[in-house]
Amino acid sequence: MSVIEVTNLTKYYGKSRGIVNVSFTEEEGEIFGFIGPNGAGKSTTIRLLLSLIHPTSGSAKVFGKDVVTQGPEIRRDIGYLPSEVYYYEGMKVIDLLKYSASFYDCDCTKRLHELSELMELEMHRRISDLSYGNKKKVGIVQGLLHRPKLLFLDEPTAGLDPLMQRKFFNLIREENARGVTVFFSSHILGEVQRLCTRVGIIREGSIAEISDIRTLQENNYKKVRILADGLNPAAFDLPGVTNLQTEDSSIHFFFKGDINAVLQKVSAIQVTDVTIEEPTLEEIFMHYYE
Amino acid sequence: MITNIYTHEFRARLKSVVIWSLAMVIIIIFFFSLFPVFSDQAALMNEFLARYPAQLRAAFGLDKIDLSTVLGFYAFIFVFVQLCLAIQSSNYGFGLVSVEESELTADFLLSKPVSRTRVMTSKLLAAFTSLAITDVVIWVSSIASILLFGEGRDYSQSTLILLLLSIVVLQLIFLGIGLVISLLVRRVRSVTPYGLGLAFGAYILNGFSGIFGDIKLELITPFKHLDPTNIVLHASYDAPLVLLDVVVILISLALSYWLYTRRDIPAVS
Repeated sequence: MSVIEVTNLTKYYGKSRGIVNVSFTEEEGEIFGFIGPNGAGKSTTIRLLLSLIHPTSGSAKVFGKDVVTQGPEIRRDIGYLPSEVYYYEGMKVIDLLKYSASFYDCDCTKRLHELSELMELEMHRRISDLSYGNKKKVGIVQGLLHRPKLLFLDEPTAGLDPLMQRKFFNLIREENARGVTVFFSSHILGEVQRLCTRVGIIREGSIAEISDIRTLQENNYKKVRILADGLNPAAFDLPGVTNLQTEDSSIHFFFKGDINAVLQKVSAIQVTDVTIEEPTLEEIFMHYYE
Repeated sequence: MITNIYTHEFRARLKSVVIWSLAMVIIIIFFFSLFPVFSDQAALMNEFLARYPAQLRAAFGLDKIDLSTVLGFYAFIFVFVQLCLAIQSSNYGFGLVSVEESELTADFLLSKPVSRTRVMTSKLLAAFTSLAITDVVIWVSSIASILLFGEGRDYSQSTLILLLLSIVVLQLIFLGIGLVISLLVRRVRSVTPYGLGLAFGAYILNGFSGIFGDIKLELITPFKHLDPTNIVLHASYDAPLVLLDVVVILISLALSYWLYTRRDIPAVS
């Protein structure tokens, strides 16, 4: 069963573009990654699905219900963690979480305390006294405490330290193992790769590609930079190498294929430094459209 | 569960309600405690006032009123209470839903399983309760002041009730208009300038109407429609104008629901 079904969804803010003709589906139990640079329309899509904004044309269904007409019903089973978290500044953490829980038909107290403990929340501090990362943790707890069936995560890791990020990812995996469907929006390819089974790439308001994460990884480029004296660029003219550039005593290029081929070449020479890294999303996009 | 937004809203506004109510109690009691002085020396007072330019007296409504009577004096100070109420009500109106957007909590509230209509209704009911509390405080302190400082002079109780009830119309019209304007603009960054602007704007228009006499601009300000001096002079409301106010209130509330359910909530960044 499709949990999210988006058909030719279009949103214009006056004359400026939000998203244009976006279509995709997400099946139950999936973790769907939604990646794209800032301003590509990731948040617009999520806000449309939450009925925070209204579509210009096209339609979207969540749990088989129309987002424009059946928003409140849909949102009973949705958890939302926005990229920027803002809450009622004067409230204490515990009061905010209780207020949040009061919107749902469930006794969420036990889950509330479980999650707060896991996230190491200080329940009696005021929201206004919390750091950005701590507010984010409040956001995670309030997004999960009612045991939603569908989670919207909009760039959720910004502001979380690495330890918390790991805890957070584990939490999401646990939820997913229990059958929760996750819609994960991000501009960081790495975290999408770690978590998601399928990804949609959005660029300038339109879907550029929807594919399995495996396919995307196989097609993925690595960015290689080698620093050494007396380099011979020709030695790296391997199949799969593109954008080869030489600069003083360093060369850099993109590589797609079996990375061992590059490593063998590198091990044959005396190098000062080697970096092999994920290309930035922009760089991937450049390759997508070449 | 049904009352959660209402309770939250009411609590958030409680401090403001207490401060406004106290301010108005102080205005009423302090000014009305001066009544014995005015009534005892009525002749002297009227002679003194006659020396002011006619326009200035008109601006304060002093040309038609006799400050030596209980209701005449009460109507004079009542204008200040009205001004406070107008500021308070417009603040509540402007801030009712816009504050969720300016403080960026709209995403939190509206991603909950509640309809916009329910959010609006809960918020309106909470604002009505806040205003009703202010009303009760004004009514009690007004009656208490008249009993304490009225020196047992005669006055028409039914006219006093008319005056006291007129504030409900005044509150609702400023609340309604504030609310509609807040939904017509893209974003209300800060509520106070809007609230003060609306209330003082309407008040000043009313003052002008006294000075220029013939210009009908004053028809658009609720202060004129509910002019306490006129209510006391005629012992009744200016029915067509008050009816107009009621219509404006109903339209502005209906329009607010319509606008709010169709509103795109602006993103945070």
